[in-house]
This record gives sequence, C-alpha cells and structure tokens, in this order.
Amino acid sequence: MDEVKAFFHMGGYALYVWGSFGVTALLMIAEPLTLAARRREMIRRLRRLARLEAEQSS
Amino acid sequence: MSSRILNWFKFSSPATFYPLAGKIQKAAALVAVVLLAVGLYMSFFVAPTDYKQGEGYRIIFIHVPAAWMSMFIYVVMAFWAAMGLVFGTRLSFMMARALAPTGALMTFIALWTGAFWGKPMWGAWWVWDARLTSELILFFLYIGYIALQGAIPDLRRGDRAGAILLLVGVVNIPIIYFSVKWWNTLHQGASVSITKGSSMSTIMLETMLLMTIAFWAYAIAVAMARVRLIILERERGTRWVQELPEVRGAWTK
Repeated sequence: MDEVKAFFHMGGYALYVWGSFGVTALLMIAEPLTLAARRREMIRRLRRLARLEAEQSS
Repeated sequence: MSSRILNWFKFSSPATFYPLAGKIQKAAALVAVVLLAVGLYMSFFVAPTDYKQGEGYRIIFIHVPAAWMSMFIYVVMAFWAAMGLVFGTRLSFMMARALAPTGALMTFIALWTGAFWGKPMWGAWWVWDARLTSELILFFLYIGYIALQGAIPDLRRGDRAGAILLLVGVVNIPIIYFSVKWWNTLHQGASVSITKGSSMSTIMLETMLLMTIAFWAYAIAVAMARVRLIILERERGTRWVQELPEVRGAWTK
C-alpha cells in the first residue's frame, strides 16, 4: 500500500508528473476516438448517398 | 527507371492510396500501442530516479518525444507541400492537411509538459526564452495553417495557399533546433546530440528513444486515419468510393 502511495506521490512531483502524463494521455486517447467517430459518421453519409443514387437510377 | 517512377505515382492516386493507408494505419496503431505500453512501464518502473531532478525528470519521456515530433511533423508537412506544388499531386496536399492537427497536438504537449517541468525545476511555468518562444511560434504556425485551410472554401486554392504558408514557416524549424546554441537560453542544451553522443544514462536514453518511436507510430496511425477521411470527403462523388465494401456492404469497419 505504501508503495502505491509513494508511486503516486512521485517524490513530491505528483502535480507536475501526473499533470504532464495525464493531459498527454487524455489528448492521445481523444484524438483517435474523435477520428473513429468521424469515420463512422462519414460512412453513414456515404451509404445514404449511395442509397439515394440507387433509388434515383431505378 | 521510368517504370519505378510510374509505380510511385500510382500511389499518389487517392483511390490506390486509400486501402494502403488503411493497412499502414492498422500496423502503425499496433506498434504504437505496444511501444507505448512498454515505454510507459520503462518510464515509471525501470528508469532510475534522477540524482538531481528526482522523480520530476520523468516528464522528459513524453516532453522530448513530443517536441521532436512537433518539429518532424512540420518538416514532413512542408515536404508534402513542396511535392504538391511541384508535381500537382492532390494526395500530397491531403497528406499535409492530415498531419496538421497531430502536429499541433504534439506542439501543445511539448509546451504543456515543458511548463509542468519548468515550474518545479526553474520556478516558472513560462519564460520568454528563445527555445520556448520559437516552439510557441511553431504552435501558431500549425493553428494558422489549419485556420487558413478552414477559411478558403475552394480546395485547390486552399491547398496552394496552405502549402506556401508551410514552406515559409519552415525557417522556424532550425531556429527552434539551434536556439539553445545560438542564444543563451534557460532551456538546457540538447541531451542527445549526433556529434557528441548522449549525456544521459543508457536506460533513460533507451526509454526516451522507445517513446519517440511510439509517438512516431502514433502520428503515422492518426495521420493515415485522417487522410482516409479527407480522401472520402473529397472523392465522395466518385464511383470507386461508392463501390467501397464499407459503403456498399453490410460490414462496418
């Protein structure tokens, strides 16, 4: 337990170390997630477009 | 020779590059995840406590890779901008656009972690030192490029205007890199130098290099994901997009 505490304490640098790693992790997780969401939205749009075109040509 | 050139230009067609980009994205994402896991483990559990900076120095394991990537991505963007202007290849401009947000993100991380390192070590979140200021200018260059692209609705004009901005701004890269040499900066000199080797312990250096490769793979993966989006957006009216399995078929990927 003390080891875990010591780990998060970072020798007194907790704010700085976790402030750096935390924000970096947040950003580097958010970017791919945003891109994946945009891709899903794009595929939905393209499918709608394809359906519309198929209906018009038939 | 000529067949080789043809081969390369084949991949400058968005339709051929799109599936290839998907494959590169998957491979790079896998490399990034594995190396980030190993790199983070080494950053916290393998690399020893620094005798001068205690545990606070561990910030460099993300600060230095992010700072390197912030400059490297810009150079790659400028390269694509030049290729686009010289050869008129649309895909080159798309690559530049796809890299910009990730470059801005890396620059932000470098500035942010730098501030969080500077506060305990220098006693200030920010100083107007040559290294820090030129890195901030790099951040504004990225933001300016992205804003310019957003402001010009005509894609061709936007591509060319953005490319010129990128090429003019490239002068800032050597300024950032050599700032610690040219001016008497508060920012410390290079820890790793090609000519003088490294002033760090081997395990710290290995951890930093591993994290750098991880960030590099991350940047490739997200840039490929973004260039695929840009390709789909621009080519949405074409037959090949409409015939893509993810657009036609039942399976979503």
